[in-house]
Amino acid sequence: MKEFLLIFRNASGQQSQMSPEQLQAMMKPWQDWMGGIAAQNKLVSPGNRLEADGRVVKPDNVVTNGPYVEIKEAVGGYIIIRAASLDEAAAISKGCPILTVGGTVEVRALVPMD
Amino acid sequence: MQENELIPHLFRTEYRKIVSVLCKKFGIQYMETAEDLVSETFLLAAETWGLKGLPKNPTAWLYIVSKNKAKDLLKHHAVFSQKVAPELKLNSSTEETEIDWSSKNINDSQLQMMFAICNSCITTEAQIGLSLNILCGFGAEEIADAFLDNKETIYKRLARAKEKLRAENVKIELPPPAEIDQRLETVLTTLYLLFSEGYYSSSQNITLRKDLCVEAMRLTLMLADNEQTSTPSANALLSLMCFHASRFDARTNSNGDLILYEEQEEALWNQELIQKGQYYLNRSSSGNKLSKYHLEAAIAYWHTHKADTHEKWENILQLYNRLLLLEYSPMAALNRTYALAKANGKEQAIAEAEKLDLSGSHFYYSLLADLYTGINNDKALEHLKAALSLARTSTDKKTIERTISRLSEKKG
Repeated sequence: MKEFLLIFRNASGQQSQMSPEQLQAMMKPWQDWMGGIAAQNKLVSPGNRLEADGRVVKPDNVVTNGPYVEIKEAVGGYIIIRAASLDEAAAISKGCPILTVGGTVEVRALVPMD
Repeated sequence: MQENELIPHLFRTEYRKIVSVLCKKFGIQYMETAEDLVSETFLLAAETWGLKGLPKNPTAWLYIVSKNKAKDLLKHHAVFSQKVAPELKLNSSTEETEIDWSSKNINDSQLQMMFAICNSCITTEAQIGLSLNILCGFGAEEIADAFLDNKETIYKRLARAKEKLRAENVKIELPPPAEIDQRLETVLTTLYLLFSEGYYSSSQNITLRKDLCVEAMRLTLMLADNEQTSTPSANALLSLMCFHASRFDARTNSNGDLILYEEQEEALWNQELIQKGQYYLNRSSSGNKLSKYHLEAAIAYWHTHKADTHEKWENILQLYNRLLLLEYSPMAALNRTYALAKANGKEQAIAEAEKLDLSGSHFYYSLLADLYTGINNDKALEHLKAALSLARTSTDKKTIERTISRLSEKKG
């Protein structure tokens, strides 16, 4: 079993306009999806959601605000899972609710520390 | 109470108190001495009360006799008095040994004993065994019955654990306030397992199993009643126990067969315990730490609502989702999938159940059978047969066989 970081990307700024009911309705698929991974004992860390606002720090004292010019979609959150292979990790990612709202999941194997 | 019931009753209620008070006074090194001494006291009670009749206050008699026995030991064992007396700040062995039998000291001693026994320097099994032995007055034989283990194994386990506590010179005291939460975690785990042993164990002895649950609840109540140990987690654990215990009379029939939740008679659920459960659940909702006991208590709370509403199962599903994020366990994974079927439909639950790698457990096949029932009864039967081949206890086998015959009838 290896560990994989799943990075969720989506056009930012949607969540703030949601009502509590809408937010709740949005959360349920996430809770069910992550619960399903945890039920297989494959959830290493439930990770975090990220706020839309951010800073990008570059060389020579250059600090820019988000949203970011280089990437069209901002990182909205991440989790860490356990899987036998990159293919299995990708298969698990196919259930991610972000895909239903036009977002993407990037799957990357973690390199274990020596 | 009949005289022949009195001594066993007093043994249950007083043994642990006297042992705890004596150990508190003389130190954990003398745990076995204290046990022997209290056993002798009870033996003497059985002999003399039968001949001379009951003393006016049997409990006080036990306290006085065990105190005198302790004093005799102090007097006669030169080593004991020379080595221990200075530590106890006694000037000489002739000084009056006062033992505090106030209900406060009896209570405090038992609480402190709980922390001494639930010490991570001994294994969890040993902690549970010693708790039953010292804090509940269970003999090695009864403990062996409860664990389906042989008496010799238990006896050795207890002796090794006592030796280890002595070697580590574990103090009989409450941890300092800053450490209470962390040390309490070990205590709560032991009590949780003690309760589960009674609630889920495969032992056929229903009375004994009920006793284990009652004892676990009594000890948890002591924690909840004490200001220093009444943490949100302790209250949540007690709430969880109350909710589960409320179904004790409804979940087995007179033959000891398990009655599944759906088939239980709601009238047999103990309303008083359900209310107690709600009381302690409310008390547990302070602070900012959500323990697994909170989540399990909340799940148990929803199970006290018999009616199948969407709200009920959606709540249970989300509580299981969170519980699994906190800590994986096969049972939580299976129960979560059952709740998923109730909240989101069987189709999704089947897909997720197939992904669970739990093919060694009969519960897994029973769950699959339940999910397939009504969708594909042949598959359901197949899974039930797999479950039957994996089930080990006669209670489980009977339950599965009943389901098989019911499903076969439906087909035929």
